[in-house]
Amino acid sequence: MAWLTALLNRPWPATVLAIAVIGLSSYGVAHFPRSVVAFLLFQASILLLYLARVKPWLKLVLGGLTLGVLMPVLGTINGYYLEVATQVGIFVALALGLNIVVGLAGLLDLGYVAFYAVGAYTWAIFGSPQAGKFISDSLVHFPLGGGWFFVFLLLAVCMGATAGVLLGLPVLRLRGDYLAIVTLGFGEVIRVLANNLDKPINFTNGPQGITPIVRPPLFFQPVLDLIGIHASPITLYPLYFYFIVLCIVLIVIQVNRRLEDSHIGRAWEAIREDEVAAQAMGVPLVRMKLMAFACGASFAGVMGAVFSAKQVFINPESFTFLESIGVLSMVILGGMGSIPGAILGASVVTVLNLQVLKGLSLWLNELRNAGTTILGYNLANLPTQLEPAKYERMIFGAILIVMMIFRPQGILPARRRIREFGDK
Amino acid sequence: MPVLLDVRQITKKFGGLTALNQVNFELEEGQIASIIGPNGAGKTTLFNVFTGIYQPEAGEVLFKEKPLLGLRPDQITALGICRTFQNIRLFSNMTAVENVLIGMHSRISLSMASVLTRSPHFRQEESQLWNRASSLLDVVGLPGKANELARNLPYGEQRRLELARALASEPMLLLLDEPTAGMTQGEARSLMALLKRLIGEYRLTILLIEHNMRVVMEVSDRVTVLDYGEKISEGKPEDVQKDTRVIEAYLGRKRWGRATDAAHA
Repeated sequence: MAWLTALLNRPWPATVLAIAVIGLSSYGVAHFPRSVVAFLLFQASILLLYLARVKPWLKLVLGGLTLGVLMPVLGTINGYYLEVATQVGIFVALALGLNIVVGLAGLLDLGYVAFYAVGAYTWAIFGSPQAGKFISDSLVHFPLGGGWFFVFLLLAVCMGATAGVLLGLPVLRLRGDYLAIVTLGFGEVIRVLANNLDKPINFTNGPQGITPIVRPPLFFQPVLDLIGIHASPITLYPLYFYFIVLCIVLIVIQVNRRLEDSHIGRAWEAIREDEVAAQAMGVPLVRMKLMAFACGASFAGVMGAVFSAKQVFINPESFTFLESIGVLSMVILGGMGSIPGAILGASVVTVLNLQVLKGLSLWLNELRNAGTTILGYNLANLPTQLEPAKYERMIFGAILIVMMIFRPQGILPARRRIREFGDK
Repeated sequence: MPVLLDVRQITKKFGGLTALNQVNFELEEGQIASIIGPNGAGKTTLFNVFTGIYQPEAGEVLFKEKPLLGLRPDQITALGICRTFQNIRLFSNMTAVENVLIGMHSRISLSMASVLTRSPHFRQEESQLWNRASSLLDVVGLPGKANELARNLPYGEQRRLELARALASEPMLLLLDEPTAGMTQGEARSLMALLKRLIGEYRLTILLIEHNMRVVMEVSDRVTVLDYGEKISEGKPEDVQKDTRVIEAYLGRKRWGRATDAAHA
């Protein structure tokens, strides 16, 4: 890989390479819309652009073009890719939120998905007929109009933050393993609450879940009609949600970067390094820890609201312990405390789960159905217990183990900011 | 000189062990005072009481005539007391300059909103903080080490960095827990020269825990001796040196026939 690093460090070759790979891979995706490899290459080209030494403004323009134009266009060719990209975006925001709590402040949180659930239910209850079951119709008519969705995005941020503080308060004195167990319990409590708050008053509709959830209005449709684009809501909504997620992710990244590069972020890191010393140097532990929980949770809250509107249906099954672990593995795989790491980790894990491992098991299944013979063994004889779909989790686990052995610091570990002091 | 720190009848117990027994202690502004005593005498416990890490069972601590007990460590730091640790406790995965910046935390008045909007106020204050941190590193003798990770610094420089971090909180009272531990006589001397300079420049009062007797006798205006949690002697260095109770505490009683200094080594 040394030659690649050397190439990426030279401004001109790096620029040419990045543009070439982005162009070729998009061409590939456009011509072979069903090829997973082409789409993976397209995703890798974005990473390549990030790593390459390209002038900052050019990087911004290229990144904007890739994510803002190329990706949506390719998404109209193969709708599933847009779904993958949207999912990646959702998980990027979740990973960035958890990264504040786990990576920066060093507070191991195993129940992070609870905040996602809080955000999701916030919009789901009021953006569906559900709220009518406990609030009289004569006061307000439910579901609320789609425009309220944007108000509820802000409300979901607040709800997430509140839930974060509520979790934070009782666990402030706990550290390490104890904290992890309590947060795990908190995550389960929220899920069980969602599962059982259907009686005596029906808040969450229990295990049946809530549907239909109102989607935000297509307020821009008249404009599209005017310029001659007549698209049905079926094609528009995936694009719409992709852009909503993209906008939120950009905001989340910016908020994250600014927090990290301030006295707040430094105080979080000091708490992670040595709690006693941090407090002795004047860092108010209680406030800073609550702030970390609240910030991390608010990102999950807002994405929860988007998720519920995007899916139109939610139930407690979407917010299991495994989801929390999934987000945690993204943060650890990417590199704890590193913003690019969390983004990459979320992308890699999501794409692995949605595409690579699925593709692998599909391929194995095809081989089996075709009765291919490998080393004299006919795959058609494979017992059903060894169903290829069952390998997905196993391979994912193996990848995690290998990564932790050979690169425990993560794919893109956190780097210290280097400051030049003018007077020296 | 007015009394800066007034300690009255402090008693601290750990289970059946009385770590501090009715200790009285006064510290005047602008002094360098030392606390000495054999290992386990309760010196660090006393520091931990002053900085709010331990709450004593009985007694009172007044700082500038205001009671300190019951306050959290960060509140005490904000009032103007800061410390270093016996077993260096730097933020090891952060750079030297970031360590110093943490020390300034209680003096930063930026709101979350100005952090997120990057207001002009934020930019101005942040750049002032970084400049002050870097000049503090120069003061303690670590120029050019700003971007080094704390854990990569050699031992003596880590001690100096801890000093810079404590100074960053703009303390009136600086508590140094064995600042010269592990240093050569020469290094210890230059550190003490630095402390004397700081007293003048920053209007500091310094309380030292120290085992290096030569250092203690040279720099201290006043020496307090603790043994088994009790104050056994106090006064000018030369007087304390001659106090028989101090000699006994360090070297053992005469009736054992021989000095049992090995027990305290």
